[in-house]
Amino acid sequence: MSLLAEMNQKALRFGVPISVHLDITYRCNERCVHCYLDHDDHGEMTTAEIEDILSQLSEAGVFFLTLSGGEILLRRDLFQIIESARRLLFNVKIKSNGVMIREADARRIRELGVEQVQISVYSHRPEVHDAITKLPGSLKRTLTAIRLLKAQGLKVSMANVLMSANRFDNAGVIALAKELGVSYTLDPTITPKMDGDRSVLNLRASAEALHDILRNRDLVSNVEESCAPPPAPDEDVMEGYPCSAGHTACYISPYGDVFPCVQFPLPSGNLRKQKFLDIWRTSPQLQEVRSIRAKDLSVCSSCAHVGTCTRCPGLAYMEGNMRGPSTADCEKSFQRTGIPSANMLRNNSTAWSGPLIQIGPAA
Amino acid sequence: MRSRMNISHKYVARSPAIAARLLGGEMMIMSATDSTFFTLNEVATAIWQAADGQTPLMEIVNSRLCAEFEVTPEQASLDAEQFVDELSRHGILLVSDEPIATPETQ
Repeated sequence: MSLLAEMNQKALRFGVPISVHLDITYRCNERCVHCYLDHDDHGEMTTAEIEDILSQLSEAGVFFLTLSGGEILLRRDLFQIIESARRLLFNVKIKSNGVMIREADARRIRELGVEQVQISVYSHRPEVHDAITKLPGSLKRTLTAIRLLKAQGLKVSMANVLMSANRFDNAGVIALAKELGVSYTLDPTITPKMDGDRSVLNLRASAEALHDILRNRDLVSNVEESCAPPPAPDEDVMEGYPCSAGHTACYISPYGDVFPCVQFPLPSGNLRKQKFLDIWRTSPQLQEVRSIRAKDLSVCSSCAHVGTCTRCPGLAYMEGNMRGPSTADCEKSFQRTGIPSANMLRNNSTAWSGPLIQIGPAA
Repeated sequence: MRSRMNISHKYVARSPAIAARLLGGEMMIMSATDSTFFTLNEVATAIWQAADGQTPLMEIVNSRLCAEFEVTPEQASLDAEQFVDELSRHGILLVSDEPIATPETQ
């Protein structure tokens, strides 16, 4: 077990929220076709409110802090927020589209000790990337930002969301990442919009594309192991919990709403009304999320994939039941192994029917 | 072979380019420059917390380590020397023959 994994285990044992994802704005200068956010300001937290929350998060033991949006550089107080976070000794990662990053910004990000900058890149081809962001010239500006950040010696990660429009471009983006000396992450997750509009799910890549991705040796470190039939689950698996959401991690919106995860829109409290630790310790919603073990899952507990599936409780919640299956993960397990999930057998379906899921990069 | 550090006239300060948090009595530290991740035991945590750039390392050894952890001055000095040497190589602790100005002391 790595040192980091040991610390995560320790955080779980002590009930410490070791990671928090804080969106500081939903406003954005791009209009990505797949984005689940609206881009209006419905009353974002002020600088003082955010600094107070950072202080509370520090006292609660939060170590990993991701600042995201929206486009974070649209907040004029961004560097003040980062400076406050770093003064409190958070490990800070920021997510941006890079369009607004100039040399002075890159230098400031490095001076403030940001550990990593994640930049969204949808294609190596401007006509594809710019059509997705709906901002002409955006790929050029984004790549310029990556070069400026790299020139400062910063760790940069390229995040590539997979959808039908860029289905054949991930190899080109990987090559671009290698050329620029940055890491690469593929994210096939497309989620419904905040207002419930599910039409964006039509943008998802096909089952065939997912099948290929799960066997791509540039993305999956051990294809044979990953695609092997699942072993029979043991007691540890059945007593296990699905992911860190609500256990050692949570998400905070620009309006102070707390959720188990950015992908788990279960309202669990608001920081304009309650202190963070009160919400973290006493929220009935978070307590319910924490109470769920694999053995409690309504369909998945009897599924052959229960021990190896990357079932996302947030996506399951968006489908109507946080204890139910996430059909996207059923599909992923099926495409990996060729073995239908219990949910697929129940529905007599092996056809693609849900939003895609997130997979990690090769080690 | 590396030469041993003489800690008798050294000052140590926490680098501003790190992230740190106490978790269950252990200090987690990550370097923002190379993402190296460390956890410090209680003795190392005590040194790290006292590394304000103004207090001589020998004073930290005597007042914190010997007093709080029931170790001999010789053992405490040896531990401190190894700890400071390793963390300074990763840029997590700054070491100088003079007091070190840090954002906290400015």
